[in-house]
Amino acid sequence: MKVAIIDYGAGNVRSVLFALERLGVEAVLTDDFQTICSADKIIFPGQGEARAAMRQLQARGLDKLIPQLKQPFLGICIGMQLLCEHSEENNTKCLGVIPQKVRLFKGHDLKVPHVGWNTAATATSNAPIWHADLKYYYFVHSYFVEKGDFTTLRCDYGNGFSAGLQKDNFYAVQFHPEKSGRAGELLLNQFLNT
Amino acid sequence: MLTKRIIPCLDIKDGRTVKGTQFENLRDAGDPVELGKRYSEEGADELVFLDITATNERRKTLAALVRRIARNLNIPFTVGGGISSLEDVFVLLDNGADKVSINSAAVKRPELIQEIAQTFGNQCVVLAIDAKPIADDWFVYLNGGRVQTPIRLLDWAVQGAKLGAGEILFTSMAHDGTKQGFANTALRQISEVVSIPVIASGGAGTMQDFYDTYTIGKADAALAASIFHFKEIEIADLKRFLHNKKIPIRL
Repeated sequence: MKVAIIDYGAGNVRSVLFALERLGVEAVLTDDFQTICSADKIIFPGQGEARAAMRQLQARGLDKLIPQLKQPFLGICIGMQLLCEHSEENNTKCLGVIPQKVRLFKGHDLKVPHVGWNTAATATSNAPIWHADLKYYYFVHSYFVEKGDFTTLRCDYGNGFSAGLQKDNFYAVQFHPEKSGRAGELLLNQFLNT
Repeated sequence: MLTKRIIPCLDIKDGRTVKGTQFENLRDAGDPVELGKRYSEEGADELVFLDITATNERRKTLAALVRRIARNLNIPFTVGGGISSLEDVFVLLDNGADKVSINSAAVKRPELIQEIAQTFGNQCVVLAIDAKPIADDWFVYLNGGRVQTPIRLLDWAVQGAKLGAGEILFTSMAHDGTKQGFANTALRQISEVVSIPVIASGGAGTMQDFYDTYTIGKADAALAASIFHFKEIEIADLKRFLHNKKIPIRL
């Protein structure tokens, strides 16, 4: 199996590479179109700020490529947010693959960023990857994807948000499966087996 | 529900874990990779590695060590100790660290917080603050508690959060090593002036101390070293204790 991790200069990709290595999967970190297109699975990780991340994607032409990909594709953290339509973070137009919006956590007594282990509850249960009830995952983010038609996992924080999304071959999670212990490893394995 | 975190802290010197009391009588406590793995299997929610190596070779050994830890660890980990530039941060993150903790360098040059936050995101900046109560107020200390500053704890916490710190790791030097409980009054005050998560450090002695710091101290996470290293408290037992007392905990 060929796994490509999209390289767009976004933060901590090393953890994802190491997590895949622990699962016995060799992955390649790349921004090369041909390598990405010929991969069996694609992972789109990242940390950082939405506008800067979009600029990095545009500079590499990846903003045009990503929406056309047909393989199982997994966005993680900001990777998930970038798949959406629009982010409140610096008023950024995103890739528009999943028609949902990204907002900033706000609220009296609400700690921002949302940091730590929280449970995800299944919102729609078509694929085994989303059978995540009562499992804890590690989250660290200040912006969140609103709940909507493509929400597969819900998380209770603030007024509740999307911990998982899916539209066709595009899967996405807000938490870090590569840092979420056994539960995260299980989810990555299920993605690799889709 | 978001759970309260339990974070063991490991001191690293020349690539090995050391145990000691207040940086004295250091003893080798083994391979940090193995210890980190053990703690994660026992249920630790995160780990903090604090590098106390003083040699010039420090950076290179630390980067190699961080890489070995990251390869083997499936929970988040923070690396601290002597970080003073963006380059330091880049090397650690590039080798697999999830967050960095900065302390003295940020007091000397507060813009460092902003630079790291803007380059790598707020989530990876943990602002570590060491402070001590003098008369009716708390003051910030530098260089592992050796140098006093005129900076007030709450002022610095607010400024750090404004500059983009993602979390505050507050160590009370008056409580550290005493095993008499965390500095809950000061912790609560910090929590009330900033909206970022606060990690309590210094003073853990009993399971009740953790309960108190999450409730009275309003801490989001609690860090401890010796009680875990010396197995005075097992993480699994602590988690069950807190869970039974209705604290949200990842079991």
